[in-house]
Amino acid sequence: MEYIIIIISAIFVNNIVLAQFLGICPFLGVSTKVSTSTGMSAAVLFVMTLATIATYLIQTLVLIPLHIEFMQTVSFILVIAALVQMVEIVMKKVSPPLYQALGVFLPLITTNCAVLGVAILVIQKDYNLLQGVVFAIANAIGFFVALVIFAGIREQMDLFDIPPVMKGAPVALITAGLLSLAFMGFAGLV
Amino acid sequence: MTHFMKELYRGLIKENPIFVLLLGMCPTLGVTGSAMNALGMGLASMTVLIASNFVIASIKNLIPDKVRIPAFIVVIAAFVTIIDLSMAAYLPDLHSQLGLFIPLIVVNCLILGRAEAFASKQGIGASVLDGIVMGLGFTFALVLLGAAREMLGAGAIFGFKFIPESADGMLLFIMPPGAFIVLGFLIALVNKMTAKKA
Repeated sequence: MEYIIIIISAIFVNNIVLAQFLGICPFLGVSTKVSTSTGMSAAVLFVMTLATIATYLIQTLVLIPLHIEFMQTVSFILVIAALVQMVEIVMKKVSPPLYQALGVFLPLITTNCAVLGVAILVIQKDYNLLQGVVFAIANAIGFFVALVIFAGIREQMDLFDIPPVMKGAPVALITAGLLSLAFMGFAGLV
Repeated sequence: MTHFMKELYRGLIKENPIFVLLLGMCPTLGVTGSAMNALGMGLASMTVLIASNFVIASIKNLIPDKVRIPAFIVVIAAFVTIIDLSMAAYLPDLHSQLGLFIPLIVVNCLILGRAEAFASKQGIGASVLDGIVMGLGFTFALVLLGAAREMLGAGAIFGFKFIPESADGMLLFIMPPGAFIVLGFLIALVNKMTAKKA
């Protein structure tokens, strides 16, 4: 039950993009086509889950025993950057098709604040490892849901006549605002 | 002095990190529920930006080209940790309100972007100046957005309420959807202003 609450709340109620404002850059950047947003979301799912496991272990096995919790930010970002590089190298060797599909998105993920944000949130919320992994996967799915809906809307939007000053970022942001408003309807769910 | 004014204009309007370059969107949307939070976030990011630009410009010749991005990130993360701890000590209220977004200054694309595009190529003085103007531009945009949202959402500015005590603002603008919508209109406004000049 507890896991179901984590999942529902991460996907709908506290959607990582539309309610928590994490990962806005890729949300606005790669959301022009549904296919690229699916690829980006898959890469985020992969890295976010691995990063959460890695940072959780760093926190409990290294930082807390040594009483250097203040090194959290520095160590987490380094772990994530190294992890992304490693995933890229391993994927290239092991599964070239997967690398073909996700490769271009991987470097972008290091500076995706959603990954670091989820890693820090897992520590702040005092989750155990399993809860943390569920939380990370659910957030990645939430990212996917928001991104794909938004990309679908934007594909349609290209066909409309939009005033020149509103073209591009402004109208995208206002659309995101309306989408976020729609997601607020889930607020009472959990 | 004219050089400084020109740079300032570049940071505030022409290449404003938020309105024009669309960098650092997460904290922009996340912490601008009130003008005060926006100001705190802007100043914290600006401090990190100036300090990291200074350090990166000073050590750029020592860093091998291949590992420059991780090296930049470590420098930035070190300054973010300093800011995080000092804010927790001296401004605990603001620190708890900004919460997660303080450690997330590390992944603010604006700071890494300036390090990569500017500080890793230019001299120390120019990099510090770039940090100051870009930081001011970021803070300016953040405060503008925060003030607009606070005025619409709570009928107040910097905590001073200007509508009758019993009246409420439009709460929507303080909540997440308001952030997207207000920023969208602000960018449209900036587009209109700059389009007229050109």
